[in-house]
Amino acid sequence: MFENLSGKLAGVFERLRGRGTLNETDVAEALREVRLALLEADVALPVVKDFIAAVREQAMSAQVMESVTPGQQVIKIVHDALIAQLGGAGAVPLNLNAPAPVPVLMVGLQGSGKTTTAGKLGLRLASRERKRVLLASLDTQRPAAQLQLEQLAKQAGVPSLPIVAGETPIAIANRAISTARREGFDVVILDTAGRLSINQELMDEVRAVRDATHPAETLLVVDAMTGQDAVNTARAFNEAVGISGIVMTRMDGDARGGAALSMRAVTGAPIKLVGVGEKLDALEEFHPERVAGRILGMGDVVGLVERAQETIEREEAEQLAAKLAKGRFDLEDYAKQLRQITRMGSLSSILGMLPGAGKLAAQLDESKLDGKLLRRQEAIILSMTPEERRRPEIIKASRKRRIAAGSGVTVADVNRLLKQFDDLSTMMKRVNKLGQKGLMRHGLAALLPGRRQSWH
Amino acid sequence: MASSGFFSRLKEGLARSKQKLTSGIAGVLTRRKLDEKALEELEEALIAADLGPAAAAKIIADFRKTRFNKDVSEEEVRAQLAEDIAAILAPVARPLELDPARKPNVILVVGVNGTGKTTTIGKLALFWKEQGLSPILVAGDTFRAAAVEQLQIWGERVGAPVIAGPPGADPAGLAFDALSKAKAEGRDVLLIDTAGRLHNKRALMEELQKIIRVLRKQDATAPHSVLLVLDATTGQNAIEQVRVFKEMVDVTGIVVTKLDGSARGGVVVALAEGFGLPLHAVGVGEKAEDLRPFDALEFARGLVEV
Ligand SMILES: Nc1nc2c(ncn2[C@@H]2O[C@H](COP(=O)(O)OP(=O)(O)OP(=O)(O)O)[C@@H](O)[C@H]2O)c(=O)[nH]1
Ligand SMILES: Nc1nc2c(ncn2[C@@H]2O[C@H](COP(=O)(O)OP(=O)(O)O)[C@@H](O)[C@H]2O)c(=O)[nH]1
Ligand SMILES: [Mg+2]
Ligand SMILES: [Mg+2]
Repeated sequence: MFENLSGKLAGVFERLRGRGTLNETDVAEALREVRLALLEADVALPVVKDFIAAVREQAMSAQVMESVTPGQQVIKIVHDALIAQLGGAGAVPLNLNAPAPVPVLMVGLQGSGKTTTAGKLGLRLASRERKRVLLASLDTQRPAAQLQLEQLAKQAGVPSLPIVAGETPIAIANRAISTARREGFDVVILDTAGRLSINQELMDEVRAVRDATHPAETLLVVDAMTGQDAVNTARAFNEAVGISGIVMTRMDGDARGGAALSMRAVTGAPIKLVGVGEKLDALEEFHPERVAGRILGMGDVVGLVERAQETIEREEAEQLAAKLAKGRFDLEDYAKQLRQITRMGSLSSILGMLPGAGKLAAQLDESKLDGKLLRRQEAIILSMTPEERRRPEIIKASRKRRIAAGSGVTVADVNRLLKQFDDLSTMMKRVNKLGQKGLMRHGLAALLPGRRQSWH
Repeated sequence: MASSGFFSRLKEGLARSKQKLTSGIAGVLTRRKLDEKALEELEEALIAADLGPAAAAKIIADFRKTRFNKDVSEEEVRAQLAEDIAAILAPVARPLELDPARKPNVILVVGVNGTGKTTTIGKLALFWKEQGLSPILVAGDTFRAAAVEQLQIWGERVGAPVIAGPPGADPAGLAFDALSKAKAEGRDVLLIDTAGRLHNKRALMEELQKIIRVLRKQDATAPHSVLLVLDATTGQNAIEQVRVFKEMVDVTGIVVTKLDGSARGGVVVALAEGFGLPLHAVGVGEKAEDLRPFDALEFARGLVEV
C-alpha cells in the first residue's frame, strides 16, 4: 500500500526507456501513476485533476530532450510543476511590514497546532529577529487554552497578555493591541480557538477579530495529516478572514502532506512555515522543493545532503568522496560511516530520504537497526584483518567463521553485515557519481535509476 | 449512548461540504443507465470523502458487478452504495462495554497530537456517570502545556475526580498510583489520558508500552481497553497510525472525533477492512454530551449523502 511513486514509476519508465519521444500513451500511463500517488498523499481530488491536466499539457508540448528518456522527462515535468504549485523554490518570509504593534492572527480547526505555533513564532521572532513580542490567547472555548499559551510563553521567555476571566475574544484582542501599543511591543500574536469551517457563528467571530485588529499576517494552521477536507477548510477560512499564509504542523510525522498542495491551490497563499515537533524551537521555513519529493514519495534529497553535510566532518567527507570516486569504499570506511550514522540519526531515516532507497530502508528497519546493532556491526568489522576490510570479497566461509567467533556473533550476522555493506556501497556509488553538487543541482531526478546524462 | 438528535446534527454539519458531492451524484443519477462514466463519478465522490483511491476503486468494482448497465433511480444507487459500505463497517460497529465485575476497568486513551483524546475522556466519563457508574480520570499527559489543567476542568464539568502529578512526572508511575487508588475506592472505570504522540516516534511509543507494563504489575489483565482516538479530518495517514499503534500498544478499539465538521472520515472504511478493530463511538462536538455510538449504516449514508 505504501509503495512509493519512484518504485511504481520505475516500472512504467522501464518500458518507456529508449523510445526517444514522448507520446500521448506514454504520458497518460505515467500520469495515471502520478494521479494515484497524489491521491494517496491526500492531495484533494479537484486539485489533483487540475494538476494532472496542466502537467499533461506541458508534457505534450515539451521539447523532447535527446539526453533523457521520456519517463525521466515526465517526472521532471511533474516534479517542477509540483514545486511551482507549492510556490516555487525558496521560502516565503513572514510579512511584518506594518506599523508596530504588528498583529499576527492564528486561525484553524480544533487541534491543528495553533497555540503551539503561536508559542514557536513568539520564540522565533524574539530570539532571531530581536522583536518584542506579546502573546495573547483569544481561545475562550477549549478548557485551559489560555493557560496553555501562558505556559508556552513562559517557556519561550516571551510576555503574554494577563488572563482576565470572562472576557470575550474581541475584548481580549482589543486589550492585546492597546497593551502592545502602550508598552511598545513590535508584534502581537493573537491565538484563537479552533473552529470548524461550517460553524458560521464562530467564523463570524473570527472575522470580527480581524476587522478589529487588521492583522499583517493571518496564518491558517493546518495539520500535515489532513485529508481531502483540506480544500473545504482552506476555502472557508479564506472566504471568512482572508489567509495571508499557511503553517503546516506535524511535518515530523510520516504523512505525505498532500494538504499543502490543496491548501495552496485553493487559497493562493504561500506556505510560510512548518512545524516539525512539539518543542518550541521546532519551527522551520517551508521549502517547496523538499515537500514536492515527499508528496510524490520520492524522498528529500536536498534535505539528506544538508543533513549529511552538517554532521559529517568536512574533511572526512572529502576523503570519503575521493575514495568513492576511485571505487574504493571498503569496510574500514563502512565502520566509520556507522559511527557517523549514529550521530546523524537513524540510518533508515536517512536512507528514506533517498529515492530508490526506500526498499533498503525498509529492510534496515526490519532488522531494527539501532545503536546496539550498529555497535555489533562495528565489532564484527573490528574482528577482521586489515586485508579483509579492504577487500571484503576475500571473506569466504572459513574467514566468516573466524570473524563470527572473534566478535561473538553468528555467521549469519556476518553475512548480513556483508550484504548490507554491499547494498550500501552500490548506493554510495550512485550518489557519488553525481557528487554533492550534482545532487543539489539536479534534485531527485538525478538519482533515478537508468539516468544517463544530465538534464542540461 | 442515545442516538437521538445525532443525525440531524451530523447532517446539518455536513450539508455544506456535501453540496459538491451531492450534485456530483445527482448528476450521475439523472442518467437512466449506470454506465462507466457514472461509476467513475461515484468513485470520485468516495475518494473525496477520504476513502482513499484503493478502497474507493474496490467498492466501485463490487458495485459495478451488481449494478452495471441497470436502470436505476437516484435513490436506489445511493441507498445501495451506502448499504455496500455499511456491510463493510457493520462488523466493527461495536460499543465499548465495561465488565461490571471489574473494579476498575482500566482504559488507556492514546493517539497522535490534537485528535481529541482529552475531550473524549471527558465525554466518556459523563456517559458512564449518567449510567450510575463511578469513573476516575488520570492526567497522564504530563508533557503538553496545561494538559493537566485541561483534564481537571473536564473532571469538574462531569463530576469525576482527576488524579494528577507535577508537570513532567512519569506517566507510568502516575497511572500505577491511580490504579491503586481506583481499586481501593472500588471505582468502576479508570480513564488514563496520555500525551499526544506521533506513531513514528519510537521513544514516545515505548513510553506508552511502559505505562502498560507498569499497570500490569498490579493487574495482569490491565489495560482492559486501549482506545485510539482518530481525527476525522485525517486522510490516508490514519492507516499508518492504526497500524503502528496497534502493533506497539495493542489498540482494542477506535473513536473517531470531529465528525460534526465537513470531513467525513472515509478512511475508516479502509481501516475496517484492513484491521477489523471495533469502532466504538464518534465525537460530534466539543461538549461533554457530544459523543455517539458508531452506527455503520448511518455513517455510510453520511459518506454517500443519503
Ligand atoms: N468539533 C469538534 N471538536 C472536537 C471534538 N473532539 C475534540 N475536539 C476539539 O479538538 C481540540 C483538541 O482536543 P483535545 O481533547 O485537547 O485533544 P488531545 O488529543 O487531547 O490533544 P493533545 O493532548 O494536545 O494531543 C479541542 O479544541 C477540542 O475541543 C469533536 O468531536 N468535534
Ligand atoms: N509532533 C508535533 N506535534 C505538534 C506540532 N504542532 C503542535 N503539536 C501538538 O499538537 C497538539 C495540539 O496543539 P495545539 O497547539 O494545542 O493546537 P490548537 O488546538 O490548534 O491550539 C499538541 O499536543 C501539540 O503539542 C508539530 O509540529 N509536531
Ligand atoms: Mg489552541
Ligand atoms: Mg490531551
